[in-house]
Amino acid sequence: MHPAPSVILFSTLSGLGFGFLAFLGAGILLPSGWAAFFLWGLGYGLAVAGLLAATFHLGNPKNAVKAFSQWRTSWLSREAWASVATLVLLAPVALSDWLGLGLSRLPGQIGAGLALFTVLTTAMIYTQIKAVPRWHLWLTPVMFVSFAIAGGAVLAGAPWASLALLAVGAVLLATWRVGDGAFARAGQTLGAATGLDQIGLPTVFEPAHTAGNYLLREMIFVVGRRHARKLRLIALVLASLLPALVLLLPLGWVGIALAALLHLAGALAARWLFFAEAEHVVGLYYGARG
Amino acid sequence: MNDQPRIDTSPRVSDEVRQTTCYMCACRCGINVHLKSGKVSYIEGNRDHPINKGVLCAKGASGIMQVTAPSRLRAPLRRVGPRGSGAFEVITWEEALSTAVSWMKPLRETAPEKLAFFTGRDQSQSLTGWWAQNFGTPNYAAHGGFCSVNMAAGGIYTIGGAFWEFGQPDWDRTKLFVMFGVAEDHDSNPIKIGIGKLKAQGARVISVNPIRTGYSAVADDWIGITPGTDGLLILSLIHCLLEAGKIDLDYLAQWTNAPLLVNGAEGAEKGLFVKNAESQPFVIDRTTGHPAPWDGKGVEPDLGAEWQGNRTVFRHMVEEYLKPDYAPEAVAERCGVTAGRIRALAAELAEVAFNQAISLDRPWVDFRGNAHANMPGRPVSFHAMRGISAHSNGFQTARALHLLQIILGAVETPGGYRLKPPYPKPIEAHPTPHFVTTPGKPLTGPHLGYVRSPDDLALLADGSPARIDKAFSWENPFSAHGLMHMVIPNAHTGDPYRIDTLFLYMANMSWNSSMNSARVMEMLTEQGADGEYLIPRIIYSDAYASEMVAYADLILPDTTYLERHDCISLLDRPISEPDAAGDAIRWPVVTPDREVRCFQSVLLELGARLGLPGMVNEDGSAKYADYADYIVNHQRRPGVGPLMGYRGDGTATGRGAPNPVQMERYIANGAFHQAHVPEDAAFYKPWNMAYQDWAVKLGLFETPQPYLFSIWSEPMRRFQLAAEGFGPRQPPDHLRERLKQSMHPLPIWYAPYGDEDAAFGYTVHALTQRPMDMYHSWGSQNAWLRQIKGQNALYLPTKLWKAQGFKPGDWARVSSRAGSITVPVAHMAALNENTVWTWNAIGKRKGAWALSPAAPEATTGFLLNHLISELLPDKAENGGHRLSNSDPVTGQAAWFDQRVRVERVAAGDHPAGRGAEPEFAPLPDLPRAGGGRVQNSSRNFAKSFRKLLGLGESAR
Amino acid sequence: MTALPGATEKRLGLVVDLDTCVGCQACVTACKGWNDQGHGLSDQDAYGANPSGTFLNRVHSYQVEVADAPPQIVNFPRSCLHCEDAPCVTVCPTGASYKRAEDGIVLVNEDACIGCGLCAWACPYGARELDADQGVMKKCTLCVDRIYNDNLPEEDREPACVRTCPTNARHFGDFADPDSAVSRLVADRGGYDLMPGMGTKPTNKYLPPRKKGPGQASLLAPLLDVKATGIAGWLDRVLGKI
Repeated sequence: MHPAPSVILFSTLSGLGFGFLAFLGAGILLPSGWAAFFLWGLGYGLAVAGLLAATFHLGNPKNAVKAFSQWRTSWLSREAWASVATLVLLAPVALSDWLGLGLSRLPGQIGAGLALFTVLTTAMIYTQIKAVPRWHLWLTPVMFVSFAIAGGAVLAGAPWASLALLAVGAVLLATWRVGDGAFARAGQTLGAATGLDQIGLPTVFEPAHTAGNYLLREMIFVVGRRHARKLRLIALVLASLLPALVLLLPLGWVGIALAALLHLAGALAARWLFFAEAEHVVGLYYGARG
Repeated sequence: MNDQPRIDTSPRVSDEVRQTTCYMCACRCGINVHLKSGKVSYIEGNRDHPINKGVLCAKGASGIMQVTAPSRLRAPLRRVGPRGSGAFEVITWEEALSTAVSWMKPLRETAPEKLAFFTGRDQSQSLTGWWAQNFGTPNYAAHGGFCSVNMAAGGIYTIGGAFWEFGQPDWDRTKLFVMFGVAEDHDSNPIKIGIGKLKAQGARVISVNPIRTGYSAVADDWIGITPGTDGLLILSLIHCLLEAGKIDLDYLAQWTNAPLLVNGAEGAEKGLFVKNAESQPFVIDRTTGHPAPWDGKGVEPDLGAEWQGNRTVFRHMVEEYLKPDYAPEAVAERCGVTAGRIRALAAELAEVAFNQAISLDRPWVDFRGNAHANMPGRPVSFHAMRGISAHSNGFQTARALHLLQIILGAVETPGGYRLKPPYPKPIEAHPTPHFVTTPGKPLTGPHLGYVRSPDDLALLADGSPARIDKAFSWENPFSAHGLMHMVIPNAHTGDPYRIDTLFLYMANMSWNSSMNSARVMEMLTEQGADGEYLIPRIIYSDAYASEMVAYADLILPDTTYLERHDCISLLDRPISEPDAAGDAIRWPVVTPDREVRCFQSVLLELGARLGLPGMVNEDGSAKYADYADYIVNHQRRPGVGPLMGYRGDGTATGRGAPNPVQMERYIANGAFHQAHVPEDAAFYKPWNMAYQDWAVKLGLFETPQPYLFSIWSEPMRRFQLAAEGFGPRQPPDHLRERLKQSMHPLPIWYAPYGDEDAAFGYTVHALTQRPMDMYHSWGSQNAWLRQIKGQNALYLPTKLWKAQGFKPGDWARVSSRAGSITVPVAHMAALNENTVWTWNAIGKRKGAWALSPAAPEATTGFLLNHLISELLPDKAENGGHRLSNSDPVTGQAAWFDQRVRVERVAAGDHPAGRGAEPEFAPLPDLPRAGGGRVQNSSRNFAKSFRKLLGLGESAR
Repeated sequence: MTALPGATEKRLGLVVDLDTCVGCQACVTACKGWNDQGHGLSDQDAYGANPSGTFLNRVHSYQVEVADAPPQIVNFPRSCLHCEDAPCVTVCPTGASYKRAEDGIVLVNEDACIGCGLCAWACPYGARELDADQGVMKKCTLCVDRIYNDNLPEEDREPACVRTCPTNARHFGDFADPDSAVSRLVADRGGYDLMPGMGTKPTNKYLPPRKKGPGQASLLAPLLDVKATGIAGWLDRVLGKI
């Protein structure tokens, strides 16, 4: 799949944002006054920036409001609802923290749950795609949610953030390991895609068109194996190991900021790989596999 | 769910539908052109049209993009810079026409042969030929010489009709269909419709072709023959059939010259038919054992007769083909086909022809007066095209295939191959070539014809060729379509003489329509010591900024096919079916928005200004206002004009006075007209009196023209006799041996001349094919079609691919005795193991056709033409004579004789960003239309955001 | 309504005959032409170095290595299969993507499409292309604006690709009717689904290439030993049969 900057930014930033908002909403981190303003602002900023980035992925965003209509069937629609509901529900909590209004924590706790649910809906947008076997795994939502929790934990300065980061590393390793065999397990080949396995072993003779098209740009992206291995290492080190180490150092908020930035960079790398390594079965028609 | 949107399922389709004839290739399908607000909105096939019956190919449906193409020329142009530089100025039509006249008029008055007029993809040859005839130059032909004249002439000299689009299998009845060398480009929709029918009926389709694409891909069996050996395979099939006695003796005895007696006496008559006192050939009647007229009623010709030492054609034929040289085991290796497969194919042919024979309950009477109760048929049919004909043995190969059809009794019989009016037509009904020039006067007849003997050759008093292309000379006596590919090389060399003005229409001679394109570009620009170009003047008419435009001095911009009148005439290449004669028109369904004119109208105006006979009234004024006026009012013979339909008062077909509303009647009828062949005349046409009478009534002939199929060709034997030293007209010595070989009166096989290159290390065959979705160079400027095929690769067979360790993304250096190219490669398994090939004419010169110089067509796209010499290599025995790389009988360009060497260039060794080689300097942009179709304006704002941020679909 | 309608009354779709398709691309441009009409399917850089455009139907070409027979080329048209369990429909957040209850045709309501591309991701067959100019998703409509169009003659009420196909390799009809021509073709010729493992239950079916290879006729027996008897013996034998 084409690793479009818009979707990578969207899912990474909003994941981190909603993860952090969950910590704020649940009251695991309880800032007040201007600290609350800035921390809630950071959470909202990340989440909203991510959502805005997502609109850049839309070909026709003027209809965006219609995306709320299909919550019964569409994970993308559910994501729209969940994200808006989270942001709306947490707004009075944030105000309360900033201005010291002392409102009940209950909407915050519900909002925290909604925030994680939002991340889950994002993950499900990818997980549901059977045509991309690498995504169509239970590990995909685990990976998205673990990123959100770990990222939130880092920003929230949770004492167990290092553990969460290490968990992210473990999830990443598992995702890659299981994901690498997913396409083969899905059993799709050019022979099955064309039915020509009935007569023999097909290979591509000529492409349908010699010119480019949307499918080739969007769905068929080839990343070199060596390049991918290098990036996986970078993602693992940046998203998990290095920030976990940094947090163990007595650096205070500088350490948190540094760990968060490292983690974000690693998350972006991991998310780039999430798209770039994902193979869509339509690629079979173009000879992208077998 | 019930909240799905309501949609309009009955939208208005268009404001108006105008029916005309397609011209996206030579197929001539009927089209419905939908118009919205006066603009073409959609093009589909015309269901009532005999050629395409509603269907339409990829090109036809993309015709809309041909009208909006930015490469369209805008106005007449005059060259202002050096030739080839592409520097032009826009001039008025008056300037253009008066310039052309000022060049041509002195030539006509002094030396008409100094004007050479050659047309490319011309569908108006009955006009262009007539114009050239009245100008008085012998130098006229269309593009058949580099296209497929072997196919036309081989058929006409044998069965009085040809493959190509002059006939077709009896699609409804045939049970076994065998294709030889058929690519997917010619007569394309009718053949596709036919194959579809066969598939639906469960008939069997076999393809003999080195390359398995297109029709060969769906064939039930594929024989990946070695190029140039089809004739040998066919003669081996004939050997097998003869050996087993699986031949139609009755058919041979009645409808072919098999029972005629061949003179066996040494001397000037040897090999000619024995004639009686009335100079008629005759047969031996089996019942009496005595001579009897060949066309006598009730005569039963004896195929095996020997009379006074003279044996029948049949005996000669049997003696020839039963030779062990033709046994499958003897030809297998050469053909690249195992003996077992050849025998199996022969068995299939015999099985269907003789064990699954059919018969129609249609009584008929033959030309001898014998009545027949029914029409027996052999449901085996064949088709062949350029693959077998574009070789230096192509004429004889085409003849061999016709012989195979004949011995199976499968021509003009139910289930077999059927000819379309005006065919069948014997050689005798065709003209001979006319070429004698008289300043200020027309030629006495048409240029192109069918030579019967050396007496008909177009030679000057000193024996040198009368025509610039050396057509109808000893080098290629039966060159019925001329040799367009030799015009520029010959004019450049001054062999046989120099010309002054080269007048070309729709022929991309500086690119894909020439052998040795790079050298042709030089020939067009080389100057003599006096600073004059060796070809002093070039006038060119085309609708588009093709590669050729830059090499002309005066450009007459043509309209597109949707903006013009045309006629697809019975005088030329009509749209007939086996069951109907048919012709068609084009008419301007949209109006040109620029200074372009229908070339044929321009030609008529030039004719009027030059005062050419037939084009001016007695007072010297122009006889025809434009081409449409000519189509309706011109009469070639009294009562016979370009169009057969709605003549006289509108009810006459074929013959009748011009009808002023004829064009309107055609338009109302969907732009075509048909005259149906009566049921009892539909088969056995050459011998069927009902057909002959119908053809005379329609005006195809003046008298009935029954004839026998020519297994033994007397015209060919006359040339052999000349080569043996008999007769007053003698060939030059360097051509005697090849005339003896190639002019054998029976179909024979000899190795293509190109095979000699193998001794120089060029062992691999190199072929091209036109894709079904692209026609010559037109397609590659078409915004839709170029997306489908905008790049080409050289396809390599598995053996070659593995031997040199080729990998995807590699390139190859391909060289021949004439040159070298470096091109991208790809692997193909379904390919003869000693053959490479590519799609034809995808490669473009940078800057041509209004494509970006960075377009893939201009960077990685390539032509094989650079490897193909227009001349055969010099050999001592040729005594310094230039011999064209053509069939020695017809002069057909022997494109497919090409032999090459292929060497791997690893992807890493071909510098990134470098395209195919050789590269040519980009052509400058001409004054042309510009623009192309306006794209839809953006309906969304995200796009501009995306652009701003460089996000999203970055690959754009 | 991105919920699927369940069983539809009719199941309209195509049969593509791979034994007959010669790969001529006629259906590709007929589809482009009908659905474009100057505004529907855009092209980018049409005369440039990287042309690209929206097509709803594309014909691939594959080579197949076959045991005991020469290698084959199979031309393979690919367009929307109008699946019963169309994943492209259920993922759509706006309801723009829907399957018609009356005939099962899968359509995009362009007025509701946000161009998120998710439906194209969900489709295993590459049947959907986002138009780069308009930013909305395009797909085969089974020519819903032809097949019911009162402004067209009855015989023309079929998809443009079917109407134009020169070899008649494309057939249009109702698969819900077991007696329809398409249903019978599928039954007779072993019509099959693409990627059945994807669980999409395609409506369109493909007919496999028939078995190819040399024919079954038994080899011809020579009349006699021509070498031994000479041509004369052969002539006697042959002509004696007249």
